Amino acid sequence: MIDSSLTTGHVVGINGNMMAVEVDTGSVVQNEVAFVKLPDSKLKAEVIKVIGKKCFLQVFEDTTGISVGMPVEFTGNMLAVELGPGLLGQIYDGLQNPLTLLENKQQFFLQRGQYKEPIDRSKKWDWKPLVAVGDRVRAGQWIGEVPEKFITHRVLTPLGMHGTAVVKKILPEGAYPITEKVAELDVNGKTVTLTMSQEWPVKKAIKAYKERIYPEELLITRQRIIDTLFPISRGGTSCIPGPFGAGKTVLQHLISKFSSVDLVIVVACGERAGEVVELIHEFPEMKDPKTGGSLMDRTIIICNTSSMPVAAREASVYTGITLGEYYRQMGLDVLVLADSTSRWAQAMREMSGRLEEIPGEEAFPAYLESRIAGLYERAGLVQLHNDKHGAVTLIGTVSPAGGNFEEPVTQATLKVVGAFLGLSRKRSDERKFPAIDPLDSYSLYIDQMADSLNKNLDREWTKMVHEAEELLRRGAEIGKMMTVVGEEGISIDDLVAYLKSEMLDFTYLQQNAFDDIDCAATIERQVADFKLLYKALKTPFSFETKPEARKFFVALQDNFYQKNYAAESSPEYAKFVSKIEEIIVSGGGRLV
Amino acid sequence: MFKEYTKITNIIGDIIELSAEGVTYRELAAITNHNGDTSLAQVIRIDGSKVSLQVFAGAKGMSNRASVRFLGHPMRVPYSEDLLGRIFSGSGKPIDGKPEIANAAETDIGGPSVNPVKRVVPRNFIETRIPMIDIFNPLVESQKLPIFSTPGEPFNELLARIALQAKADIVILGGIGLKFDEYIGFRRKFEEGGIMDRTVMFVHTAADPVVERLLVPDMALAVAEQFGIAGKRVLVLLTDMTAFADALKEISVAMEQVPSNLGYPGSLYSDLASRYEKAVDFEGAGSITVLAVTTMPGGDVTHPVPDNTGYITEGQYYLVNGMINPFGSLSRLKQLVIGKVTRDDHGAVMNAMIRLYAKALESKKKISMGFEKTETDEKYLRYADLFEERFMDLRVDIPLNDALDLGWKTMAECFDRFEIGVKKEVVDARWPKGA
Ligand SMILES: Nc1ncnc2c1ncn2[C@@H]1O[C@H](COP(=O)(O)OP(=O)(O)OP(=O)(O)O)[C@@H](O)[C@H]1O
Ligand SMILES: [Mg+2]
Repeated sequence: MIDSSLTTGHVVGINGNMMAVEVDTGSVVQNEVAFVKLPDSKLKAEVIKVIGKKCFLQVFEDTTGISVGMPVEFTGNMLAVELGPGLLGQIYDGLQNPLTLLENKQQFFLQRGQYKEPIDRSKKWDWKPLVAVGDRVRAGQWIGEVPEKFITHRVLTPLGMHGTAVVKKILPEGAYPITEKVAELDVNGKTVTLTMSQEWPVKKAIKAYKERIYPEELLITRQRIIDTLFPISRGGTSCIPGPFGAGKTVLQHLISKFSSVDLVIVVACGERAGEVVELIHEFPEMKDPKTGGSLMDRTIIICNTSSMPVAAREASVYTGITLGEYYRQMGLDVLVLADSTSRWAQAMREMSGRLEEIPGEEAFPAYLESRIAGLYERAGLVQLHNDKHGAVTLIGTVSPAGGNFEEPVTQATLKVVGAFLGLSRKRSDERKFPAIDPLDSYSLYIDQMADSLNKNLDREWTKMVHEAEELLRRGAEIGKMMTVVGEEGISIDDLVAYLKSEMLDFTYLQQNAFDDIDCAATIERQVADFKLLYKALKTPFSFETKPEARKFFVALQDNFYQKNYAAESSPEYAKFVSKIEEIIVSGGGRLV
Repeated sequence: MFKEYTKITNIIGDIIELSAEGVTYRELAAITNHNGDTSLAQVIRIDGSKVSLQVFAGAKGMSNRASVRFLGHPMRVPYSEDLLGRIFSGSGKPIDGKPEIANAAETDIGGPSVNPVKRVVPRNFIETRIPMIDIFNPLVESQKLPIFSTPGEPFNELLARIALQAKADIVILGGIGLKFDEYIGFRRKFEEGGIMDRTVMFVHTAADPVVERLLVPDMALAVAEQFGIAGKRVLVLLTDMTAFADALKEISVAMEQVPSNLGYPGSLYSDLASRYEKAVDFEGAGSITVLAVTTMPGGDVTHPVPDNTGYITEGQYYLVNGMINPFGSLSRLKQLVIGKVTRDDHGAVMNAMIRLYAKALESKKKISMGFEKTETDEKYLRYADLFEERFMDLRVDIPLNDALDLGWKTMAECFDRFEIGVKKEVVDARWPKGA
């Protein structure tokens, strides 16, 4: 079925997943998709380099059996995803194949060369038009809406349209499948028919909005150390680097479960399949903290795990961010999580090596930094043409070789993200979870969002947080000193400061992911808990002896700790609060 | 039937290059040297008419007039029940003096990965009778877990012991760069333990050609996969995966690939992951559990091989000074079985004992630095001694429930019941009478 107007070629070389092709007729486009025809299947590939008549393609599948001379069909289209209602709750591979629909004779395995429609064509959606005949519209504008799970899915005009167009036809309310022609536009004299879905090339950012705006609002993750100490803004970016086993994935899963956003896109990029399986089995059983519906209903999982083809892994991150940008275009608040961006960078490295490009540090390609920056730049808070706001927040994990942050991927990521949540081996070994190192980590958003935090949480919020950080720093210094001179060698005041910082760490920064109550703290609870703790930290207790000080803090700390396991606004919770206040007074503190 | 070529243009390391037509990527070729020696080889690069192959038996002594015959298919391994009790080389030749496997179905090695949505959440505890594993980091069916070890530790003994106790339906040993004595050691233990008749061995010894090393994990895992689909619970042992990674390095150097870290190819992570990810619990069929050995060159866990492995596997056991170290070791699937399929006090015993041991080590350190020894320190020191003797010593061989009881007994011998930081209900139920 080769369309004569399309470019064709034939294979001239193959090395791993890199295929060299000589073009027979026609033109080639950088990043266009092509298919190589084997006797029993057609495999998808992407053009990544063009040198004269020869071009190099990365094949998205196992390349066993490809041979010189095999025909290649170029499609003229860049690697794209399909956008429309029906994406929510799906589990896709890196190329947007719905994994639940991929079957083969043995049931269990991913047979290569299967490409399925990403969105169900038979399902009917309750369509409501939002524009009328004669209206002028521009790219990415809402022309209709359908309810999709718990959100209102806006059907958009073509995202890449130039200038404005006039609505010539629009379907009335009714139930239609996504393939139904819902509208006709006149675009500079040309008639364009719209359905509920459209395609978009994944490596291109969707920019059909009025402008980007400065993110000043808190994204609530219900993880105390993040929301309080190192907050992430809606539309912001953050990275979680850490050695293996330090807790990156567990932390991302917590964030995906408890964040207050409209939808979450989880990109499992080159990591363990088993971790995705846990999500697939857990999410349908869990509640969305915002709507109370099933967690799966607000989630899209892009799953290109470590043994799946490497080139599709490179695409998976782009697929995820593109779906995020699409929903942002509807005025929604989207969170994209990528685990792990290092595997994505490694996929680029593998291909760069096969292209024999000049390698940079640790053999990563010279364009590593710009690719990383380009990805994170696609996140952001935007104002749409209808003045509604939408956000894509991007949080990526980084898996540095040897756990050493001085490596290219961590360093390049550090330069572009707003919040750096560095996990330390030491803290994870000590089972202090989440193992975010409070001394190494930072968030630029705390100052950027200061006005809104101080308005919404507490007038003194950012001041209190900075003081807490200061205390942690002081505590660490004293701790270091004690390892040299022993407890005998420090003053009582220093010991008290040390015990305070330990208490802050143990009862606030650490959070038990596997406890039903402690695993998530609402922002209201965080404000109350933090203020109470702050009071204890600020109280200048005085003690005669060090054992006396220790004994006092054991009791105080235990009550703060037990409080974490009491449900918000339960009688036990209130009991712990009053007990804590009592202890503070008994220690010479005055209650304000 | 297939065209034969007799003009090799280049020989680089264990890679030969020649001009050939109609060859497919990863195709297998049979090579006959001028002296009659034969070997298989696999296509690893095609550039126009130039084809590069890696020769499984190595290219030492290879003549540029050797005959190369392409076979039209990638590497395969025979699969049938007849494999049980048999021993093969890395390239699948019998090395136990018995005949080739006849009339067996053949399966491609290095096949596609399991569709993630077809996996199930692991849920079966594998009892090893080694308390450091069973109590503190239990092994779960379908887990992939390496033993991180410095060279010279008894990791192969540990591996063999687990294989004997794991009650798997089928055991598949993939020996990579094994010393001859180690190979015989496995064989003896499996024969004495009576599991040889449900074992298949693929053994590459240090004396065998390097390229054959690369095949061992794939051969072992391809066979495991077939047994797994057929409903068997398979345990795959791979030792030593560092030798496997070193073979990858040799090939990539010969192919002039740009190395990423310490000479290893940039694809090391993917190369290791595609093997380890074969571990799976098939819905409605069997399972594959992968237990591997990763020796750490220079004892350095940040070396690229253990480092990449740690990022892939579901935890690791650290074997240090002949003991499994409780701190670096981790079974990431433990929460799926502890207290769910094991006894309800399992979690409490695990946490309390480990916390007490960590404190005991702090006391030891403090005392070694010349600080005063308190009465509390005495308790902890006593506990540390008992802990090492009763739990850490690799000779200890007891079922989990006995180990948990011994845990309570040990804690009761050293501490008061309120000192161990365990919820009251649990202590009330389990604290030894009369303690
Ligand atoms: N918040 C937590 N609470 C309790 N345990 C945790 C927490 N985070 C991590 N862990 C423990 O650490 C283990 C490893 O965590 P995780 O899988 O998230 O590590 P990772 O950083 O993603 O590692 P890798 O880079 O190898 O993927 C978990 O299986 C769990 O036992
Ligand atoms: Mg992880």
